[in-house]
Amino acid sequence: MCTVCGCGEGETKIEGEAQAHTYVHAHAHEHASLLQGRPHAHAGRMVQVEQDILAKNNQYASANRSHFAEHGLFALNLVSSPGSGKTALLTRTIARLKGKTRIAVIEGDQQTSLDADRIRATGVSAVQINTGKGCHLDAQMVGHAVAKLALADDSLLLIENVGNLVCPAAFDLGEAHKVAILSVTEGEDKPLKYPDMFAAAEVMLLNKVDLLPYLNFNVPLCIEYARRINPYIRVILTSAVSDEGMAEWQEWLETGLKQAAARKANEMDALKRRVAELEAELKSVRGER
Amino acid sequence: MHEMSLAEGVLQVIEDSAKINGFSRVKTVWLEIGELAGVEVEAMCFCFDAMVKGTLADGARLEVVATEGQGHCLTCGEIVHIRLRYDPCPLCGGHPVEPFGGLEMKVKELEVE
Repeated sequence: MCTVCGCGEGETKIEGEAQAHTYVHAHAHEHASLLQGRPHAHAGRMVQVEQDILAKNNQYASANRSHFAEHGLFALNLVSSPGSGKTALLTRTIARLKGKTRIAVIEGDQQTSLDADRIRATGVSAVQINTGKGCHLDAQMVGHAVAKLALADDSLLLIENVGNLVCPAAFDLGEAHKVAILSVTEGEDKPLKYPDMFAAAEVMLLNKVDLLPYLNFNVPLCIEYARRINPYIRVILTSAVSDEGMAEWQEWLETGLKQAAARKANEMDALKRRVAELEAELKSVRGER
Repeated sequence: MHEMSLAEGVLQVIEDSAKINGFSRVKTVWLEIGELAGVEVEAMCFCFDAMVKGTLADGARLEVVATEGQGHCLTCGEIVHIRLRYDPCPLCGGHPVEPFGGLEMKVKELEVE
């Protein structure tokens, strides 16, 4: 961490390469000489700001979102606590979709490229982001990773966030949806304990359901808790081991992919129509001369 | 949650504003933090003090204006005050209460020189 301002200089690594200082703070002591002789305001001047604290991240997120829309990419932000079985679920999902869909994965972890290695072993491309001391992915990191992936149009982009049920809730990455993964080994009250994450998610995958016979996990109560926080959350019970629920999850993904591709095609058609109109206009103007 | 990142966000907003409004020192920062935004104000102040060392906001005072958590009860249909996102409706005891107020995290105003 930068010892002067505490911003995580050089901690974020994408595929092992250190990223430039994600945001350079102007330190007053360095810039003091530049300010000399300039007119400056009187003490106590008030400045209205009215800016969201996460404005910078939100700007990067909306740039990512437009990029995804232009290319028909269906991007999902997968969030959970560590050990919920995200990566196993991903490799199983990839095995089911491979051959039908182009897929790429962005893996977020504090350290190691173990998860990206597991994904690459399935034959799809993956980029590992190491956040160092950071507890979540942010939109700028994802933008860099997307540039590295060189994704084909109409792909499925799965972003596996850092295992953490708190911080990733607040950081928009530009995804279409957040998907919260909760495993039945964790306790049914997680949605109440970490409400922000479940409020932000479109879907909750209740994972590792093959273990239910060995646990005292109350599935209906867990779903009731989740709906208390987010009445619209869709719940799918899944297991990467027994394959339970994987067909429903796959169907949800394929619907999302189709919608993303259709939206892109509609926009392309609209653009083509506009170009044709403009060309016709130009022609008529030239003809009049 | 992640108050260090939020403190960094505050500093970014201040620095952007400094470029636009041409100031070199910040004395007071007014934040608007909603009751349901999930921000621990004490942790936020601690992180902010550490984050702004050596910057134009070094030593700046952080003032937090809290906004009330408001929700719409889907059971009784009333608009009610809630302190936590998953609180039941104080009128009918029902769930869920859909929050719409008190979610903000904003830099409102700066006292600068």
